[in-house]
Amino acid sequence: MGSDTERDDVTSVLIVGVGGQGVIMVSKVLATLCQEHGLEVKQSEVHGMAKRGGAVFSHVRFGRHVHSPVIPAGEADVLLALEWAEGLRWLHFLDPENGTFISDVRKIVPPFACRDRGRGVAPQYAKTTPRDVLEKVSVGYALDATGIAAKLGNDRAANTVLLGILSTALSFPEQAWLDVIERFVPPKTREINSAAFLAGREWVKEATVPEGEVLPVPEVDTVLKNVVNRLEITEEWCKGCDICVKFCPERCLALNDAGKVVVKDANACTGCRLCEMLCPDFAIRLHKELPAEVAQ
Amino acid sequence: MNVQQKPKTNARVEPLMGNEAIARGAWEGGCGVAVAYPGTPSTEILETVGKFPAENIYAEWAVNEKTALDVATGASFAGVRAMCAMKHVGLNVASDSLMSQSYIGVNAGLVIVVADDPGMHSSQNEQDTRLFARFANVPVLEPADAQEALEYTRLAFDLSEKFDTPVIVRSTTRLSHTRSPVRLGEREAVEPKGFVDDFRKNVTLPAHARANRPKVIAREEIVGKFFDESPLTRFEEGEGDVGIITVGMAYSYVKEVLPGVPVLKLASSFPLPKERIREFAGRFSRIIVVEELEPLIEEQLKIMGIPCEGKAFIPREGELSPEIVRKGFIEAGLIKPPKKKKPAEPEIVPRPPLLCAGCPHISSYMAVRAIDARVCGDIGCYTLAAIEPLRAIDTCVAMGASIGNAVGLAKSGAEKKPIVATIGDSTFLHSGIPPLIDAVVMKANITVLILDNHITAMTGGQDNPGTGVTLRGEPTNRVDFVQICKAIGVNWVREVDSYDLGALYQAVREATEYKGVAVVISNRPCVLDPVRIRGDALEVVQETCVACQSCMNLGCPAISWSDGMYDGHHKVKIDPMLCIGCSLCAQVCPSNAIRAAKKD
Repeated sequence: MGSDTERDDVTSVLIVGVGGQGVIMVSKVLATLCQEHGLEVKQSEVHGMAKRGGAVFSHVRFGRHVHSPVIPAGEADVLLALEWAEGLRWLHFLDPENGTFISDVRKIVPPFACRDRGRGVAPQYAKTTPRDVLEKVSVGYALDATGIAAKLGNDRAANTVLLGILSTALSFPEQAWLDVIERFVPPKTREINSAAFLAGREWVKEATVPEGEVLPVPEVDTVLKNVVNRLEITEEWCKGCDICVKFCPERCLALNDAGKVVVKDANACTGCRLCEMLCPDFAIRLHKELPAEVAQ
Repeated sequence: MNVQQKPKTNARVEPLMGNEAIARGAWEGGCGVAVAYPGTPSTEILETVGKFPAENIYAEWAVNEKTALDVATGASFAGVRAMCAMKHVGLNVASDSLMSQSYIGVNAGLVIVVADDPGMHSSQNEQDTRLFARFANVPVLEPADAQEALEYTRLAFDLSEKFDTPVIVRSTTRLSHTRSPVRLGEREAVEPKGFVDDFRKNVTLPAHARANRPKVIAREEIVGKFFDESPLTRFEEGEGDVGIITVGMAYSYVKEVLPGVPVLKLASSFPLPKERIREFAGRFSRIIVVEELEPLIEEQLKIMGIPCEGKAFIPREGELSPEIVRKGFIEAGLIKPPKKKKPAEPEIVPRPPLLCAGCPHISSYMAVRAIDARVCGDIGCYTLAAIEPLRAIDTCVAMGASIGNAVGLAKSGAEKKPIVATIGDSTFLHSGIPPLIDAVVMKANITVLILDNHITAMTGGQDNPGTGVTLRGEPTNRVDFVQICKAIGVNWVREVDSYDLGALYQAVREATEYKGVAVVISNRPCVLDPVRIRGDALEVVQETCVACQSCMNLGCPAISWSDGMYDGHHKVKIDPMLCIGCSLCAQVCPSNAIRAAKKD
């Protein structure tokens, strides 16, 4: 029942990134370009909670006639990511058979990924490397667009480098792209953005895969990793000023009924020494001890 | 009102967001007064109205949604076409007036635009406004794209006058925030009708309301007949013996998944074009209803005695999408599962939205956290303080609920911690003043922290009665929070600079020690609106950073781990592109490692 001819006529591009990176600007350039070529375009995004720093996406669909403004999962013809982990988040939207994956390898590590304050932990960031992704997708480009833009003199032109890559996956003429981009960037940066766009198109010709880990894991002494934190409280010196209780990032301290500080949750202590440093009465000391079996 | 004709703009096609198209529809429909309280996803409607000529259309940010509806109704009484706009939960606030206005009807056209948020992208619930339409017995129009958004809004004014009823235009997040091509039309020249002195119609005394009630019931049938005859109710021929009945955004998903299926596309879920539906149902052996959220059409069909399916395959919760509709059709046996390669598995790095670098709310919640209080939160950007690392809010229910919740906690006698209500400036004016009066009169022992950032920030920076600026950017009277609190009878009021952490700690502590209602006003403008605030960035001196990560407790997006380590822990760094130099991190640094960045 039904035919697919109408749908096959529609191209779907999903543009993703982090709030403030310019996802909407990139999608507006594409939408304007399509419209000027007489195509019907629907561009869909979500406003509101995605303040600065949140995950941002924009669906752009164009063709003779477009129904749904959102791209069905697994049917995006192109996934364009301005940030590495965001590309990974939306990977399941890409058509696994014919889709093109384009991503900057630039990493924006969210503060949320830096919550575990234990010793020697890595931020909770994506582990998937460019090589892993490029093996999974039909066509894939992972590049240091920010680096390319920085070499041209403005790392903010990274989006335009990515537009250059995108332009090779679609059939609009080079000059049409340049004309639209010129209208969407600040006048002073026109030259640099044109150069960035062409640099992106040039890069595709000899596309390579960046090697190596996504984020290096910090090297921490195995001894340090096994250290156990013990807080020693000298009750007679504590006057219950409460400073340590308020400032403990892990909230492991509390005041008892007598108004003296006690350790409420010893396991939560990461050994940051903040209480020790802030105590006006030297009533708290942190001891770092090795368990007997490690010490041997 | 002098309604002028705009210069000719014949057959111009422009890409418009759904919200912009609704605003354009109101303008073309001769609307003379437009009022709203901002709320995602409806906010851009009034922002767009504010760009049309002031001599044609009056535009206002009302103090809350009920006031917005009341102001619009006043204009309708005066014979001028009027619109008010709000998000779905805003209609709860305005519903008191709506329920009675349904009995009164209108003089000039009265249109209520409500934007629902299926999937709760930026809301606390996903209530379906169509149920409200049926509850209030007013027609609801449901456009499926920006073109229809313009046409339906325009039409809504005519329907309102024709059938003597307020009319709801229901949008959804997807429609409101999707840009698609729209054919623009001309503004209709509508002369004001003037006030109609009809005491029995305009004054809802019980006797008058009793007389109006049968008219309200009869209206359902009459408007349903209009939809029977209207081309807006559209039968699209197709193959097969299964017929789909759908409405609004769901229509586009049906056409995406099964372009060739027979469809009856409705313009409205209430009242239904019953004859057209019976006729359609008679042609097919099986009827499936595809509608977003509640089974409003499906239930009405079942009451009509028409066998149909719907929510058995299409979920009642969340936003629909092509793949959800496809899954439903597969379960219903309409299509076979596609034999496609499985899409790649995503790797998810949590990236929740954050308060901005330099956001004045951060310090307010640091201070509240420090006294280990029971904290009732409210609706606004500051709700983000409920998540790590601030984790400083215990409850959050609805606009203005914080102060009432705090009074209840205090009066329960069961809460031993100090009780604090935190509420933003706009939310306080929206619905925080009545509960504060309650707290004062009942002598509740609570602290109210008013987070005055001089703007309605969450929705993108709209003016409110505390900013002293109108929607069109003109200076106007502004309310004074200290004076309001004192007038209510609050004896303990203190205003503090949000960037002075020490003063805030002290004020919050003293306020909670005070027996009775204490109000702390934490005062600093939002860093994003109305002007983006920039300052000289700070930097972390790596040599003296002791990796205590005390500054990370702020949840500032500019602060993250650096590559340096101290004692096995990550030192921190500040992103100079994000930092505006608010200095809160420097105020909590125990080793004075944070200082003004050296300039090249």
